[in-house]
Amino acid sequence: MRTFAGHASKHELHGITVVVETDGPELFVGRCDDIDAAGVHLKDADRHVEGDGAASREEFLSRARRLGVWPNHRMLTVPGERVRRVVRLVEA
Amino acid sequence: MPYPPLMVKPMREELVAAGFEELYTPSDVDRFLGEKSGTALLVVNSVCGCAAGMARPGARLALQQGARPDRLGTVFAGQDLEATAKARAFIADIPPSSPSMALFKDGELVWFLPRHRIEGRDALAVAADLKAAFAEHCPAPAHVG
Repeated sequence: MRTFAGHASKHELHGITVVVETDGPELFVGRCDDIDAAGVHLKDADRHVEGDGAASREEFLSRARRLGVWPNHRMLTVPGERVRRVVRLVEA
Repeated sequence: MPYPPLMVKPMREELVAAGFEELYTPSDVDRFLGEKSGTALLVVNSVCGCAAGMARPGARLALQQGARPDRLGTVFAGQDLEATAKARAFIADIPPSSPSMALFKDGELVWFLPRHRIEGRDALAVAADLKAAFAEHCPAPAHVG
């Protein structure tokens, strides 16, 4: 049984885990709540910064594709002017 | 804040009807996942229709025939908070997501299906993933007759 269908006012990616690529070294992965003029609104998101000394972008994405990401940010908005591409995590 | 029990009742019953034991408390989870022999499937149930609406029927379909786990259990994320936290402690290296599914063999996690690999798929596709995991890790059913 499907549960709620009351998300008609949201972007078609509502509820889908996405990768948000930016024009800089930052990359975000989280559950898309909505996309509007302000940007991409994510829930339970994590952020990767290329070159910060931790895992590489590909390592971060590879683990995210297999297991998901830690919800280090309950909600965040990636400003629209910084968004280069939004793609489903399973397709990233 | 948890949803009203009446609202989530059908979502609970959908898995119970398929043979899942509801794990309401941390001690329920300890008993279920503390058993170190055999195979066990844990489904983290969820209200979210974007993914859980396919996770539950996917699980039901996968269990209809062929290899299957010895034990089936479920916690309800956002509802049974302590039980869910306890279940996640058994897979502490994996980011929390709901719905999700975890298959254990002899007490060890051998397969995991996170939410993002359920989103946007239909029940048959979810069931196919589950059946492949069952075929790899669970004993085939005995033939009768």
